[in-house]
Order: sequence, then structure tokens, then C-alpha cells
Amino acid sequence: MFRNQYDTDVTTWSPAGRLFQVEYAMEAVKQGSAAIGLRSKTHVVLGCVNKANSELSSHQKKIFKVDDHIGVAIAGLTADGRVLSRYMRNECINYSFTYESPLPVGRLVVQLADKAQNSVLYENELTFKAVVLETLIDQVCTQRSWKRPYGVGLLVAGLDESGAHLYYNCPSGNYFEYQAFAIGSRSQAAKTYLERRFENFKDSSRDDLVKDALMAIRETLQGETFKSSICTVAVVGVGEPFHVLDQNTVQQMIDAFDIVGEQEDPAAEPDTDAGQDAAVEPGAAADQGGSTDEGVAPMDI
Amino acid sequence: MNFMDSKQPESGLLGPESDSQRTLYPYVTGTSVVALKYKDGILMAADMGGSYGSTLRYKSVERMKPIGKHSLLGASGEISDFQEILRFLDELILYDNMWDDGNSLGPKEVHNYLTRVMYNRRNKFNPLWNSLVLGGVKNGQKYLGTVSMIGVNFEDNHVATGFGNHLARPILRQEWHENLSFEDGVKLLEKCMRVLLYRDRSAVNKLQIAKITEEGMTISQPYSLKTHWELSAFQNPTQGAVGSW
Repeated sequence: MFRNQYDTDVTTWSPAGRLFQVEYAMEAVKQGSAAIGLRSKTHVVLGCVNKANSELSSHQKKIFKVDDHIGVAIAGLTADGRVLSRYMRNECINYSFTYESPLPVGRLVVQLADKAQNSVLYENELTFKAVVLETLIDQVCTQRSWKRPYGVGLLVAGLDESGAHLYYNCPSGNYFEYQAFAIGSRSQAAKTYLERRFENFKDSSRDDLVKDALMAIRETLQGETFKSSICTVAVVGVGEPFHVLDQNTVQQMIDAFDIVGEQEDPAAEPDTDAGQDAAVEPGAAADQGGSTDEGVAPMDI
Repeated sequence: MNFMDSKQPESGLLGPESDSQRTLYPYVTGTSVVALKYKDGILMAADMGGSYGSTLRYKSVERMKPIGKHSLLGASGEISDFQEILRFLDELILYDNMWDDGNSLGPKEVHNYLTRVMYNRRNKFNPLWNSLVLGGVKNGQKYLGTVSMIGVNFEDNHVATGFGNHLARPILRQEWHENLSFEDGVKLLEKCMRVLLYRDRSAVNKLQIAKITEEGMTISQPYSLKTHWELSAFQNPTQGAVGSW
């Protein structure tokens, strides 16, 4: 009767040593519309694809400003993403109240990862952790009653005294620093594009970075025409506080770079199919989980 | 952050003074700290006296301490409160170092933190009875500021606490300039300290001078200033001061 005995709550291990709830949460990230990020020495650019739920609705916001020096792009459950960005805003504002200086990005990312971890941990462990981390984490948001992993992946872009940074935080509580990265549906295509080009990013100008961001976003589209209304781009960098580029600017750049809509080549598709299969059929995901996304690397826990 | 003191009596507002766990007056105090920016960083001077009321009870109190890699803290007022502040800062710097991520708190951050601690304690009607001077250099940026017992804070090119505000700062206003060399800076501080020694009864003739630059900080060995008490102004100090004895 039961397809999988081990996936009903976050605290149960499968005999194979896996936590299915956590893996499903990471699956939720793959279902969300794509978000990408890339950085040079001085700038970080975030981009995302805006998908409306229906013809009648507008799309949900996927890029949030956290502070003047930090912003995030999310893929997955927008609601969870908003909870986490509120937490991040809080941390930033508290830090600047105490020290009158911006919170180092790497530290915020660690706190965020600890928080994701807290929502995964067993309750006893959670209270223990809460005591240990009291000085590190704001307890207001600690997940006590709704124990489930956050179903959202965050690309955190920021600038601090050690330079520009791009991090990826995933629901398992892992975090990684990247030169360039993409998450969400059909992100593999964008990743392939970024992998081909990331070595030049380090010394890229801001505008070239934005251009590459737009190109990477375009890779994730499926047959749609690439126009400013279906994407959002945001920049943070030296002398440039985090801000979302307005639609006209983006459209101008698309026109100027002449990167309007060639059709997507079908090679990019298997990734999506695999992702959707897994979602429809959790049992199947359990069986093939490992093989589905080989090479997508750092997402495994 | 937890700088809460141990259990406070509930009787609080109306209770007799003997129930109070708050600092109502200081016991052992240090007098002025004087500090200034110079060409390469910050110079700070403080004597080593610790007064028990008006008794000069201790003669070797170090009132200037390094905080992390980039900051130097000088304190006047209650010595034990200064020691408590040093404990807060030790913990703060320890946790900052534990991140081990290349970021570190600079003088500006420490100064602002102190501002918050001092103001927070005064809001609990339990102030830390000190005037603090914080100086430092980070990334080529000189920083010098002060915080009072109740959280009043500012930055300036030269600062002083207590009597120093009245006796040293007028001299500094007149003689300080941006390009003071180390030697001139020390001379200027010694001039201030000498005036304080002459006119501030809690000052003692044993002082230290601390220096902080991009390269690091040094706090000098204690030494004394040459004094000359035979000046005519000192002969009959009350002359012309009507109502004085």
C-alpha cells in the first residue's frame, strides 16, 4: 500500500541513509522557475524568469533586496523564500544597529544555512541547537511547530570587505560559494552556458556581466520570445547598492545585445523531463534520485 | 547579546537603596584619558592612578587596552566597570575571530558596539560608570571616538575624558593639526598630561602613552613627566580667587 515508508517526516532515515523529505524539498527548488547569478571581482548580477500562474494573474516576485549590499534570488516555494528574506533583512538591520556597518555576506549565509538546518533537525536536537546557537541566531523565527524543510533555494549576492560574493543556499542546510550558478527549472541549460564562460567573468565589466546574465536566462526559456517582461535582473557592486534594473533598461539591453529569441534547442530538455518525473512520482525519484541529475553536483546532501 | 546582570530585586522602584544592585556611585576611579590622531594613526595617553574616592589608592592601573587587531580602548571612571567592558569585548572579538572568514571588527564597529552597550545599560538605570575613548586604524582609515557613561558618543580628531575635556582640549584645539609627526604628537600629549597633573588632583605622575597604526599597536612602559612647581602661579594658588581657602 505504501510506496515509501521513509518519507513521511523529516526525522526518519531510509535504510539507505537518506532523508526523503529533504530530497523532496530540493526537488521543489528544481520545479520553481529559474534563477541565475554570476559575479566578477566587483559586481554580482542576479536574474530570474518570471512565470505567471495563469493568464489572468501576475507573476510572483523572485528577487528581493535584503540590504544595500545584499540581495537574493529564489527558486521554489515563494512563501518560504519570503520568510527567509525577511529573516535576512532582520539580521542585516540588527547588525548595522549594533556595529553601524554592513553584515559580511558569508556570515549571513551561514546563519541562513543554520536556520534551514534547524527546520530539518529532530525536535530534541533542535532545542539543543537553539541553546548552542543562541548568540548566533535570532530565535524569533526558529521553526518549532512546523517541522519541514524550507522548499526554496536561494542565490545570495552580496558585497563586503572581502569583495563580491555569490552563494547558493539549499533546503538541506548546505551552502556553497559560486562564481556563477543557476537553479530552478531548466537551469541546466543556463549552467551549461555559464560553465562555458565563467572563466572570463572575474574581470568582466558590469555591463558584460548583465549581458551574460541575460544570455543565461534566455537559455532557460522554452520557445518563448525573450523580452524584458518575463525576466528580472538585479545588480550589486562596488559603488552600486543592490537594485533591480527597471524593465526599460533591461529591454534596451536585450535589444542592444541583439539576444532576442532564437528558439531553444531541444537538447536542453531532458533535464526538465527528469525533474518533472521525479515530482510526479516520488517513489521513482527515490529509486533514481542519484542518477537523475548526475553532474549537477553540489546539490546532493 | 547577554550583558544582563544577575537577579535584580523585584522591589525595584520603591525599595530602599540597600536593596539596589545597581551602581549608584563609582568606587575606584581613573581620571582623564587624552587621545589624538597623528600622521600615521592614533596616540593615546592616560595616567595610572586609581582613586578610592579622593584617596590615591592604586598607582599602577593600566587604563588603555588593545581590542582585537585594529583598536585601542582607554577608559576613565570606575575601574571594575572597565574590566567588565573588557570582558564583553574579549568575548566579542573571540566570536568574531571564530568565524575565521577574513572579516574583522574595526574601530568603528567596536565604537558603535560600545555606544550600544553604554546606552543600553543607562536605560536599565544601571550604567557602566565610565567615559571611554576608542581609537584605531583599519584599511588606512584612522578612527577616534568617545562614549560617555550614558551613551553620548562622537568622533573627533582629538578627544579627552573628564578633566581632560576642560584642561587638555583647549590646548589640542589650538595646537593640533593633521600632519603631526609621532614625536610632535607625543610632545603635545605630554603637554596636556602635564597640565592635568598640575591641576587635576586625582592625576598621578606615572603615565603610559599608547600608539596604534596600520602596523600594530604598542603601549609604552610607565614613565614620569618632569615637573616644575616653583612657577609663581603655584606660589599662592588662592590669590585672587575670592571665596576660596
